[in-house]
Amino acid sequence: MQFARKDILDMESLSVEEIRLILDTAESMKEISRRPIKKVPTLRGKTVILFFYEPSTRTRMSFDIAAKRLSADSLSISASTSSLVKGETLLDTARNLEAMHPDIVILRHSRAGAPHFLARHLKSSVINAGDGIHAHPTQALLDMMTVREKKGTLEGLKIAIVGDIAHSRVARSNCAGFTKMGSQVVVCGPPTMMPTGIESLGVSVAPDIDTAIEGADIIMMLRIQKERQKGFLMATEREYSRFFGLTPERLEKARPDVLIMHPGPMNRGVEIAPEVADGPYSIILDQVTNGVAVRMALLFLVAGGARHADVD
Amino acid sequence: MQTLIKGGRIIDPARGIDAAGDLLIDSGTIAGIEPGGSIEPDGDHCQFIDARGKWVCPGLVDMHVHFRQPGEEYKETIATGSRAAAAGGFTAVCTMPNTSPVNDCAEVTRFIIEQAEAAGLVRVYPAAAISRGLEGRQLCEFGELAAAGAVAVTDDGRPVSDPLLMRRALEYSSAFGLRVISHCEELELSAGGAMNEGALATAMGLPGIPCAAESIMVMRDISLARLTEVAVHIAHVSTAESVAAIRRAKEEGIPVTAETAPHYFSLTEKAVEGYDTHAKMNPPLRCEQDRLAVCEALADGTIDAIATDHAPHSELEKLVEFQLAANGVVGLETSLPLGLKLVAGGLLSPLQLIERMSAAPARILGLPSGLRKGMAADIVIIDPEVEFTVSAAGFRSKGRNTPFEGWSLRGRAVLTMVGGKTVYRDAGFGQ
Ligand SMILES: [Zn+2]
Ligand SMILES: [Zn+2]
Repeated sequence: MQFARKDILDMESLSVEEIRLILDTAESMKEISRRPIKKVPTLRGKTVILFFYEPSTRTRMSFDIAAKRLSADSLSISASTSSLVKGETLLDTARNLEAMHPDIVILRHSRAGAPHFLARHLKSSVINAGDGIHAHPTQALLDMMTVREKKGTLEGLKIAIVGDIAHSRVARSNCAGFTKMGSQVVVCGPPTMMPTGIESLGVSVAPDIDTAIEGADIIMMLRIQKERQKGFLMATEREYSRFFGLTPERLEKARPDVLIMHPGPMNRGVEIAPEVADGPYSIILDQVTNGVAVRMALLFLVAGGARHADVD
Repeated sequence: MQTLIKGGRIIDPARGIDAAGDLLIDSGTIAGIEPGGSIEPDGDHCQFIDARGKWVCPGLVDMHVHFRQPGEEYKETIATGSRAAAAGGFTAVCTMPNTSPVNDCAEVTRFIIEQAEAAGLVRVYPAAAISRGLEGRQLCEFGELAAAGAVAVTDDGRPVSDPLLMRRALEYSSAFGLRVISHCEELELSAGGAMNEGALATAMGLPGIPCAAESIMVMRDISLARLTEVAVHIAHVSTAESVAAIRRAKEEGIPVTAETAPHYFSLTEKAVEGYDTHAKMNPPLRCEQDRLAVCEALADGTIDAIATDHAPHSELEKLVEFQLAANGVVGLETSLPLGLKLVAGGLLSPLQLIERMSAAPARILGLPSGLRKGMAADIVIIDPEVEFTVSAAGFRSKGRNTPFEGWSLRGRAVLTMVGGKTVYRDAGFGQ
């Protein structure tokens, strides 16, 4: 299969076949990271710009490592330090970037739709590394890769996503991605954190965490931010952890082979009890490893990888 | 100098007339009108306008426009806004006060009127601010503003959040004959919102604005109108819930009037898909059930008037991230054609549409409107059949921010006359 897509903007726009190709490619990329010399020449001569309007060490590092392992030249620009960005509109910045002829621009932005905007104005490929509360497709893909690796399939699995669904781009992209691949997704959280019409993403809403995790194959706990008290979204962290936190007792309701995921960084003792976070069910570190593989796969594919692969 | 408009379909909602006939203009005023008959000119120097197949109507009145002057002349000026109005078939507009400086004192009101007179196109009636600087703290000098020519007061662009200020504005305005126009928005509920709250906003990852942010304040203002017995006019109604509240209030005899804008009866939130900032406005586009409720309210008179909320912006404000984009769309040059779609769809009769776009807003603002002998010849001739494609590049307005680009529409103004003077003539008409 040819990967014809210029940009990776959200999970909704990817087809089942494209997702499968990305995950398969990511699996083959994973092997590179295990070699003593973790570098292949595949993207030699390609320029990748990491453009981060929002601080994010983990995602940026993951993309940076992915680009370097494929021998691409990568360059980081962060909005807080760059004069390129200060006082300029996103359109100005896009035009400036275009003039440098990058092959791929990876954008993290605090506003929904910013990567879509950039993609409309750039000839280079745009990969969304998280836009506002909208989408985080590379996170969803690495989550799906991790689950598929552990469970052998995505079809027919019950995935419970618990936490602040309304303000989570990870939740949105995972809802769209997992349901597309045949999983059954159940979301749960305080009603204040449940966005209107979330069911339209093909997921169901559980009335409480026990119902959500009952018989679940995968439990994904979202990070709770203390600032949420501001919009009256929750009362206290203490109460949150009692009614919506993942504890060892609650975990007994899930399947015995349940796996626990978290997009990080975790608040141990708030949304997730320490013994759960660090316990045998946790695949949080596998997520990090697969993050690099998925991002290598995406860089490879949008750079026209399938065509170059025959030559290499 | 006489002008005789011959053979048109004369539509005058003020008198309920809809009949073929002639209309004679002499020295800027209507000198004769014969629905169902014909007029022969008595002077030698008579100009004829062949209006067969056309509608001859009182000039349209847009009671809600933002002309950006003073302060943001790069978006629009009173002159360019007036040209857009004339091209859209409007002979009178009411300008909102959220300029820079705000129209909260007689000097600014007079400035607007002077600029409009210099432009010499349409009649411009300023709405002044309710509160100094639109800050919601101190009442403006309504008497001075009325004396300077303001016809209404509103903090449009913002709501009057303080219910006591709103109460006092209603009471105080009645001493000076100023209509109070309310932009209904509960700011705590709409804060941070970029589009209608619902499944689409959830899927797009955009913070939502619930319908309740509007309807709560509509209900508050209805209560205050009941309390003060002073009429309140609700601007840009967008939700089914607001419509229901206004309908109930009218049944109870509470003095309330309302307007909606063409985008609320023509579009739903789906127009923002793809993060199209040209479909971003406040209040936001809602769901199909809201659109249908607005249509129904226009038909049964619950919503009195169609007003554009013409809000020109430059690319600077629109070619940005959706959440950062300014609210507002231009409307003057598409309002009538979109209204005519409601006629084509059987929702409104021609007479009803023209009423919603001329007599009703004029009545609310206390302005003259109609085709009676002796009245100023503020007239629009409409070709209901002409088909065209909306192209913002051809707008007279400086604003290009329309969500209707590329739409195929049927019917528009072909000649607009203010006080007998032609202020707009379609290139293809009467040559
Ligand atoms: Zn308004
Ligand atoms: Zn307005």
